[in-house]
Amino acid sequence: MAGDAKGQKTGAHTGADGGHGGGFPPFESQYFASQLVSLVIAFVALYIIVSRFALPKVGGTIEARQNAIEGDLAQAQKLKDESDAALKAYEGELAAARSRAQAIGNETREKMNASAEAERKALEEKLAGKLADAEKQIAATRTAAMGNVKSIAADAAGAIVQRLTGATPDASAVAKAVDASLKG
Amino acid sequence: MKIDPIHQFNIEPLITLGHIGKHTIAITNSTIYMFVAVGIIGLLMLATGRQLVPGRMQSVAEISYEFVSTMIRSTAGTEGLKFFPLVFTLFMFICVSNLVGIIPYTFTVSSHIIVTAALALLVFLTVLFYGLYKNGLKFFKIFVPSGVPLAVLPLVIFIEVLSFFLKPVSHSVRLFANMLAGHIALKVFAGFVAMLGVSLGAIGWIGGIAPLALTVALTALELLVAFLQAYVFAILTCIYLNDAIHPGH
Repeated sequence: MAGDAKGQKTGAHTGADGGHGGGFPPFESQYFASQLVSLVIAFVALYIIVSRFALPKVGGTIEARQNAIEGDLAQAQKLKDESDAALKAYEGELAAARSRAQAIGNETREKMNASAEAERKALEEKLAGKLADAEKQIAATRTAAMGNVKSIAADAAGAIVQRLTGATPDASAVAKAVDASLKG
Repeated sequence: MKIDPIHQFNIEPLITLGHIGKHTIAITNSTIYMFVAVGIIGLLMLATGRQLVPGRMQSVAEISYEFVSTMIRSTAGTEGLKFFPLVFTLFMFICVSNLVGIIPYTFTVSSHIIVTAALALLVFLTVLFYGLYKNGLKFFKIFVPSGVPLAVLPLVIFIEVLSFFLKPVSHSVRLFANMLAGHIALKVFAGFVAMLGVSLGAIGWIGGIAPLALTVALTALELLVAFLQAYVFAILTCIYLNDAIHPGH
């Protein structure tokens, strides 16, 4: 309470000359009670404002923003997944179509090859038949020609022998002789 | 022209409300500035929008919210968020009243030991009662650090108890002394400018450039100190609360 007594004294002094030259103001205990009461009222008021209204409001805003950001990110991720899936499906279809096209191409090529081969074979067979016929004809012609040559030669030889000797040679002996000379 | 660096700390009773015992209760300039701080914080936190993309003032409100909640979570853990309104109120009240106090001709609420002592005691008693309420006698474990040899344990306990009861002292004096000293230094250097000019005329005004520059620099420093001391007060509050929540070191 000594502080109070001093406080009263300096209070009177400060009152007299407009607050100058008293004690050191932060230690003037006569104003402690006033400041404490003011502080309690101000602090409690601020505490109520902060705890009841300010923090829930600002916290709610921050949380709402956080939720909005997370929601947007989730949606973006979902859309990205969807587009990825669409891209994958497109690529799958493209690959399927390409392999189908290849299969059709191969099939067609094989069919064409097969028919061409068949045609070629048929043609070859026909040509081979014709060739064989021609060869047979040639052989027949040659045999016939050779037969004609032989009989002409035998006739000529017989005629020559008759002119020279006057005797008509034996036809079979002449034919034998002609054969032998033809072979010779 | 007399320059009195102490004058700015004077309490001016404006309206006397009554008496409690021998004590006079009055509305003073300090009261006005306390409510100015309350009003600024209320406006900042309540009058700003709730947009998805915040404007400037809404950003300030949200940054202070996140700043304090991060501070609590990092020092006292998630359980410390129980004291979020308390720490937020302390931090904003000190920070805003300090910043308002830098404006010339204003009054700095926290330059009075009674105010900082009351705030520090509030924290001290909260820690003490919450610690006892939550942990019972286990709360006294904060005085017994683990892994100390038995021989020096009594000494350690003595020091721990002493430091526990000195915490509110250092807690309050740190804030009070910083604000007081900063404002006195500002006033003294600002006073040099006027004193040089009045006593030496033209030469004095030129000579006043140096203290003027220093005053500008000091004002910037005081802006930092105003915020920093509020931060220090709040983070020490969190650390002390952490003792109450988790007493077993």
